[in-house]
Amino acid sequence: MKLNKASLFALIAVLELASDPKQQKSTTDIADKYGVSTHHLAKIMRNLVHNGLVQAVRGVGGGYTFSGNAKRTTLLDVVLMFETLESVLDIPNDCITDGRPLVAELQAITNEIDNLTKVVLETITLETACKSAMQRSMASAASARGDRE
Amino acid sequence: MGNDIVIRDAQEKDLAAVIKIDADISIADYGSTVDKKAYWRDIFDYYVLRDKDKRVFLVAEDAGEVAGFIVGEARAWEFGSPLCGWVFAVEVSPGKRTHGVGQLLFKEISERLRLMGVSTIRTMVEIDKKVTLSFYRSQGMRTGRHIELEMQI
Repeated sequence: MKLNKASLFALIAVLELASDPKQQKSTTDIADKYGVSTHHLAKIMRNLVHNGLVQAVRGVGGGYTFSGNAKRTTLLDVVLMFETLESVLDIPNDCITDGRPLVAELQAITNEIDNLTKVVLETITLETACKSAMQRSMASAASARGDRE
Repeated sequence: MGNDIVIRDAQEKDLAAVIKIDADISIADYGSTVDKKAYWRDIFDYYVLRDKDKRVFLVAEDAGEVAGFIVGEARAWEFGSPLCGWVFAVEVSPGKRTHGVGQLLFKEISERLRLMGVSTIRTMVEIDKKVTLSFYRSQGMRTGRHIELEMQI
């Protein structure tokens, strides 16, 4: 599976803000940290504001804060704001008359993959993803300390 | 989270409470009224009353009432897998959810299984049971190395 750029940047931005809901961060802060396009991220942030997941903070030092419910919002909720996650077989219509059973089988297989992908994304809340990322960060820090000792 | 909740081994006297929690959840979450008393009676015989060397049936008690339960065991060579822990039921009374009951139950059964020599815990959840899947993921579980397959016959 390959998420489109908008979904990926949205997940990064939402998780970055949800990991510390009290802190406000600008588009530039997030874009610089993850090496993504500020221009592209700005458009995504407007979409996230529109969907109530983040809030724009105006004025000097303004930026965005997380305003959603991290326990209730799943990764799939965020992704579906930007794409459908429905695989489409790009087969010309005039080729499928004799090949219909084979194309139908391929479509059934891609549907199976799509469904599994959706279930994974739908059962990981933002809170769970943030917690797992924090644990990775702590494990990495502990490993680095171990290397130095 | 869950300061007054006590996690302990299930006893014969808990059977009625376990049946009620399961029935309440079946109705509330799935609209099902299937009678599963005989099933839970068998489970109690196997996991609570008989030799419990590799089996764990825990209940969470809140203010003297059973608020939830978890069941699992350590098994080896099923589906070709070396010794691992299987958790096959975790249920929390609908009125006691979001109090950390499930988390305490899961933490305790993980520790019990670890003491039995287990280093991996597995479970299987119906694909539509999103709340249960989310719970297990929140505890750190991820898609494992075994894939469940099925067909209609």
